[in-house]
Amino acid sequence: MKIKEILSKYPKESEYLIEILLEIQSSSKNHYISSEDVEQISKYLDIPESQICSVTSFYTLLSMNPKGRYVIQVCHDVPCFVNDTTSIYEKLVDMLAIEDGETTEDNLFTLEITECLGCCNEAPAMRVNDQVYTSLTPKKVEKIVKDLRGEEK
Amino acid sequence: MVNLKINNIDIQAKENTTILEAARQNHIDIPTLCNYPDLSIKSECRVCVVEINGQKKLHTSCSTVVKDGMVVKTNSPKVLNSRKTIIELILANHDANCTACPKNYNCELQSLANKLGIDKNRFPTVLDIQPIDNENPVLIRNINRCIKCGRCIDMCKNVQSMGVLDVMGRSKDMKITPAYGKFLTDEFCTYCGQCSSVCPVGAIIENDDTDRVWEALNNPSLHVIVQVAPAVRVSLGEELGMEPGSIVTEKVVAALKYLGFDGVFDTDFTADLTIIEEGNELIERITNGGTLPMMTSCCPGWINFAEQKYPEILDNISSCKSPQQMFGALAKSYYPKKMKLKPDDIFVVSIMPCTAKKYEAQRDEMKIDNVHSDVDVVLTTRELGKMIRQMGINFENIEEVPFDKPFGITTGAAAIFGATGGVMEAALRTVYEVVNKEELTDINFTAVRGTEGIKEAEVEIGGQKIKVAVAHTLENAKTLSEQVKNGTSPYTFIEIMTCPGGCIGGGGQPYGTTKAVRDKRIEAIYQVDENMPIRKSHKNPDIIALYDEYLLKPLGKKSHHLLHTHYSSRKK
Ligand code: SF4
Ligand code: SF4
Ligand code: SF4
Ligand code: FES
Ligand code: FES
Repeated sequence: MKIKEILSKYPKESEYLIEILLEIQSSSKNHYISSEDVEQISKYLDIPESQICSVTSFYTLLSMNPKGRYVIQVCHDVPCFVNDTTSIYEKLVDMLAIEDGETTEDNLFTLEITECLGCCNEAPAMRVNDQVYTSLTPKKVEKIVKDLRGEEK
Repeated sequence: MVNLKINNIDIQAKENTTILEAARQNHIDIPTLCNYPDLSIKSECRVCVVEINGQKKLHTSCSTVVKDGMVVKTNSPKVLNSRKTIIELILANHDANCTACPKNYNCELQSLANKLGIDKNRFPTVLDIQPIDNENPVLIRNINRCIKCGRCIDMCKNVQSMGVLDVMGRSKDMKITPAYGKFLTDEFCTYCGQCSSVCPVGAIIENDDTDRVWEALNNPSLHVIVQVAPAVRVSLGEELGMEPGSIVTEKVVAALKYLGFDGVFDTDFTADLTIIEEGNELIERITNGGTLPMMTSCCPGWINFAEQKYPEILDNISSCKSPQQMFGALAKSYYPKKMKLKPDDIFVVSIMPCTAKKYEAQRDEMKIDNVHSDVDVVLTTRELGKMIRQMGINFENIEEVPFDKPFGITTGAAAIFGATGGVMEAALRTVYEVVNKEELTDINFTAVRGTEGIKEAEVEIGGQKIKVAVAHTLENAKTLSEQVKNGTSPYTFIEIMTCPGGCIGGGGQPYGTTKAVRDKRIEAIYQVDENMPIRKSHKNPDIIALYDEYLLKPLGKKSHHLLHTHYSSRKK
């Protein structure tokens, strides 16, 4: 969806800033808010760009850097941790050759460590974009990544 | 009324006063850091904590309102200890190299640390040195000194409507910077310097040009002259330890002569000249159907703002250069001719209450030979104070000396340029008499005086009633600019000044400027006006002589070449 269309859905009031930012980010192919977006929001809500950047830099959920097509978030909270999430993370590092916060050169994957995803009873867990995967093993992870790569071919 | 006890003293305070205010009204000092008079309460730093009976937690006195029966301790061991810890923590993340900081001896953090008896720090430094923003000619931002008090954000966003600065990131990565951590540029900062005037430490300061002036003064082949802006005569005394509002006009002249300037002149002279040119421009626009309302052009912060945010209304802005630049143009044309000097040998310094003037002076539009700046260096009131201290001059007791010729005579109309409403009043004194061909019975246009954000008045000019308006701060400038842009402005003539109170509250004025201090400076500047034998620009005999022998007539060919300019959009 174009930024102008997204903006037109909201009243011109700065209290909608976070909602607008979230919607722009999730509709962006690379899961981020670009500087052009910031400029448009600034004009639309009549607030300074610095205020928008202040918000995007406060919430880790919001990003101003383009990410991969698939953002893989591996849970690292205690229940997952005791269920050996480390081996999951390491498998991903191995397969993708990137670490926490990085994006693959082909812009396909971004790897992130995250907090509880809310499925602790099926730990360890990870999320790829909106899809959550649970009870993971390195083998399962291998298949998921391969499938995602295949999807792109 | 609320009854409470602070440090065992019985105190009465009005409802809704804060503990801090109540204490200060009773001469009990509570240290503060993020708090600043006239700005919003941030309760960010926690330096102002106090103990309240029956409460385990300490409370910030700047944001806690008094209650009946409260028993407050402002200096219990618990309070003192907590304050000390806070300052130590701030210092652990601060580039505390005081002798290499321009704010040394004028720094609120330094004096707080001293007051609290801090001579070592229990905490190791966690400072992660960041690059210094020093790529513009006006302001230097050194975030390694920033203590994140938020005063600059408040000033820039709420008083100036600019919002250049804000909080970026969080917890230990938190920084106060422009969007994307960018450096300041003329694309989005007006260089008004108001942020620098409230920063408690040395994190935002003007670019110090005093070395360039010393160098020029020590160069025997240069003829170094200086001009002094209206607002400086009521503030330099304060910078050098005198009371706010002290009138020190001829002490400034004496001190500048002592520093070695070859000619000491008054920007008031070209302020009078501005009135003649701008007054005639207004008359011409009214009679010939020119773009109206006409807006003043002497404030470079406002010009930057208009170029960045309101390019649509640039035609409304008078084509007159500011008094500083009119002086520069004459100093490199008329003056060398008269003094039989080569223009290239003349070095022009300005003493301004303003940081934006540093930017104005180096604009391409401000070079009459298209190569050299007409004004070579601009110093703020604070920088001149520094040079005077360096020279060991006893300013308060220096013997007074009048300004030099040929720009010797000035008027009260020019002096009031320093206060919001002053340019308007000066212009009305002249336009009224020139057009109506009758003398004003009362030359004081009190409706345009005072510190109201936007002031209005109605005057009869040539049998026609016109409405005028005066605004100070960019927040108010924005309101009037919107009207002009939308074609709904009811005014014929508008004065705009960027700084609160006008130039007397400029970004280069002595630190500690508050509303109360500005009021004193304004009072002083109207006193200067009252004391002047001539109080209307068109009655200045030296101005009349300048037209007779050089410029010939207002808005004439020479005037256009030397005294007028144009501005262009910088909107992205
Ligand atoms: S100079 Fe003025 S506009 Fe620029 S950051 Fe400071 S307060 Fe804002
Ligand atoms: S730059 Fe100065 S005024 Fe702004 S937050 Fe830092 S210390 Fe405070
Ligand atoms: S009001 Fe005066 S001091 Fe402030 S920016 Fe304008 S000219 Fe400079
Ligand atoms: S701890 Fe990993 S999903 Fe809750
Ligand atoms: S002065 Fe009260 S919290 Fe900073």
